[in-house]
Amino acid sequence: MSNTPTPLDAPLTIASRTLTSRLIVGTGKYADYDTMQKALDASGAQVVTVAVRRERLVDKEGRSLLDYLDLSRYTILPNTAGCFTAEDAVRVARLGREILEQLDNPGQDWVKLEVLGDKKTLLPDPVGTLEACRQLVKDGFKVLCYSSDDPIAAQRLRDAGAASVMPAGSPIGSGQGVLNPNNIRLILELLKGKEHGGDPSFPVIVDAGVGTASDVTIAMELGADGVLLNTGIAHAKDAVKMAHAMRHGLEAGRLAYLSGRIPKRLYATASSPWSGVISYIPGE
Amino acid sequence: MPRSGKTAENCCYYFDMHVTINGERRELPAGNTVSQLVELLGLKGRAVAVEVNKQLVPKKQHEGKEISEGDVIEVVSLVGGG
Repeated sequence: MSNTPTPLDAPLTIASRTLTSRLIVGTGKYADYDTMQKALDASGAQVVTVAVRRERLVDKEGRSLLDYLDLSRYTILPNTAGCFTAEDAVRVARLGREILEQLDNPGQDWVKLEVLGDKKTLLPDPVGTLEACRQLVKDGFKVLCYSSDDPIAAQRLRDAGAASVMPAGSPIGSGQGVLNPNNIRLILELLKGKEHGGDPSFPVIVDAGVGTASDVTIAMELGADGVLLNTGIAHAKDAVKMAHAMRHGLEAGRLAYLSGRIPKRLYATASSPWSGVISYIPGE
Repeated sequence: MPRSGKTAENCCYYFDMHVTINGERRELPAGNTVSQLVELLGLKGRAVAVEVNKQLVPKKQHEGKEISEGDVIEVVSLVGGG
């Protein structure tokens, strides 16, 4: 891209914070902190997710995630990963907020809410998610809510006060991409389409399942406001290069969406004019 | 944190309280506050959050919050995640 800021796209606003990058990336599963740091940088992300875990009281290698995250650069989005009940998710969200308050990070009242229903699929429990979302909104959290790609579940979470609904493209870490683009389309229409009582500025972020750059592009071409991913970068053979690819994939998809693609047709339409072709006989 | 009731520094010092910290049963001298516990665990100055019996204890209350027999305590920090 050029050195001057591009006027091609408007920034994304989530919970009254303005972001110029529409990519949110996780900090888990990297080979080492150094690779993570470089990959985060290459991704261009301004928001990064973290998990809340028991402090390891026995073996202290002394190095911690926070030593490798520039807190003046990144908004930290703590998740409730690993929680299977609304109660646990609410506790973890409060613990995360308590830590971020100490760090004075702008993400302190943000939470990426996950209430999982099953260990093997890591698919969200829609009932627990809704329950936890309501409680956390009441507690003053800005809830970025991981959901299945069920359009009605997404609507319920929006109605419960979620700051963003984040439907899964496919199961977490599965690398299958966007499995049901029509459901994502329906979610976008229901939540953002004025004809459905939606709010065009309500952020819908495709979260989970991204395997490669084209998956990000597809999500953005559908009209998603952003993409959240972790494993697709962290477990790529070259994580840093893949982070670049994801950033470009996102930008390509976003601009393609804004540009308005041509309709698909069964038959060809010539790009070069017929008139003036040397074998052309007028009237034929 | 010492696991036994006897230490080299203090041969006759007895722990008189049992608590569960991060899922592990531990012995503690009575009368500790959350802030003393954080120090005892070598976590002073680190970005951690503490919960006692499923209730968050905000940092401002660490000094005043005393730990009692049987308390279930969670001490957490941030790690990489998605």
